[in-house]
Amino acid sequence: MRGVRMRTGVSAAVTAAVVLAALAVPFAVPLDEQAVDLAAKLQAPTWAHPFGTDEVGRDLLLRSVYGLRVSLFVGVAAALAATVIGTAVGAAAGALGGWADRVLMRLVDLFSSVPHLLLGIFVVTMFRPGVWPVVASVVVTHWLSTARIVRAEVLSLRSRPYIDAAVSGGASRRRVTVRHLLPAVLPQAGLAAVLMVPHAIWHESALSFLGLGLPTHQASLGNMVQSARGSLLAGDWWPTLFPGLFIIVPTLAVAGLAGAWRERLNPRRRSELTL
Amino acid sequence: MLELSRITAGYDPRRPVVRGVSLTIGAGSAVGLLGPSGCGKSTLARVAALLHRPDSGTVVVDGDPVRGARHRATREQRTAFGVVFQQPRLAADPRMRLTDLIAEPLRATGRRDEAAGAVAALAGRVGLSAELLGRRPHEVSDGQLQRACLARALVLRPRWLICDEMTAMLDASTAAALVAVVEDYRAESGAGLLAVGHDRVLLDRWCDETVQWDELRLEKSPSGV
Repeated sequence: MRGVRMRTGVSAAVTAAVVLAALAVPFAVPLDEQAVDLAAKLQAPTWAHPFGTDEVGRDLLLRSVYGLRVSLFVGVAAALAATVIGTAVGAAAGALGGWADRVLMRLVDLFSSVPHLLLGIFVVTMFRPGVWPVVASVVVTHWLSTARIVRAEVLSLRSRPYIDAAVSGGASRRRVTVRHLLPAVLPQAGLAAVLMVPHAIWHESALSFLGLGLPTHQASLGNMVQSARGSLLAGDWWPTLFPGLFIIVPTLAVAGLAGAWRERLNPRRRSELTL
Repeated sequence: MLELSRITAGYDPRRPVVRGVSLTIGAGSAVGLLGPSGCGKSTLARVAALLHRPDSGTVVVDGDPVRGARHRATREQRTAFGVVFQQPRLAADPRMRLTDLIAEPLRATGRRDEAAGAVAALAGRVGLSAELLGRRPHEVSDGQLQRACLARALVLRPRWLICDEMTAMLDASTAAALVAVVEDYRAESGAGLLAVGHDRVLLDRWCDETVQWDELRLEKSPSGV
């Protein structure tokens, strides 16, 4: 029990620090993404450059923070949009039932049948590189699980007597869905959204790492790890390590928070864990 | 008149729970339906309340044949029935305060303005204090919640009441109080009643006529099983 609380506290603190850094630092220290300083290239970490510099002499700490900002934006925007779409489709499928349910769920199956990184790559290649195509690519591939979760919840709720009572009380289909079904599935959908944030961050990094995500000059964690590959072979570890940590630590923190939320939603799981 | 003719219903068409059952309730009269658990009487009650579509058979409400159940029935047809279920916990949306629970049918049918007055009147009738009305379902007892559910069933002034084991979860005094509320309402409105249960003593005292589930099938559907 203390371990769980400790993990939640650490996760919350790290998440808060990351969000604060991503929001505040760009106001305090501006970054010229095009500026290079070849005299200072590939310096190991020093007090002047705590994370060292990359192969064209840019400060890695500042670029990592800017990259984090991009990652968080992509993560949160994609998770929100995917959750809204997934909830709408899942609720419609579950509440309408019949052929509407079958059509919508076959659509979900259709999207799921394509490996989702492949589908994501297909989406980003249709547009010029930028933040929004990356968000779109993550959304298109990630509303599916939310739709399934919400549909399953709605189906199990739909046969409850309180839904019968609402139908008997004259509530329209829409009212039953909006007033009784959706409020009941919102905690689950919210949890799915939070769990999706780290996943979306990884996707942004993966797409950028493959050279398909953001423009290469833009400070993004994926881009930085990508351009650091060459110097890693030469023994320069810092351009890979620090951006890599910036990908891993925040995603673990957000996932930890989501885990704590899930345990609150489902107390039985918690008691099983403590036993 | 509520006429259920040769109803076959269930949740899997290959294995119906109710087979060829007929039941007629005269306007304003009260019929008690007795049967062991699992025999299908709740399913029949759901069919009668237009909440479950029978696989075959017809439902005629006050001369008006019903063409579908749930949202396929018209709002007027659905709201002609007030339904009270066995388990108030499952019959109440856990996010709604009791006052909203009772007012919900009025709001759903566009009669929002009448909500406050109707809730106050019904709360007095079923014996819920103003303080209880502000609570959510998990903050009240089964008996208090069932009182609210009965108030909700009465708020649209239905012509028919379907009480499916309404008193099964309640202590004797609450059960008696709720039956008295139903009977008061029936006396004043002339509504008919289908009360489903397994307690013969209660149903005999409550209803004009009590039928046994088995009789229902043999007597009223001579074609048999």
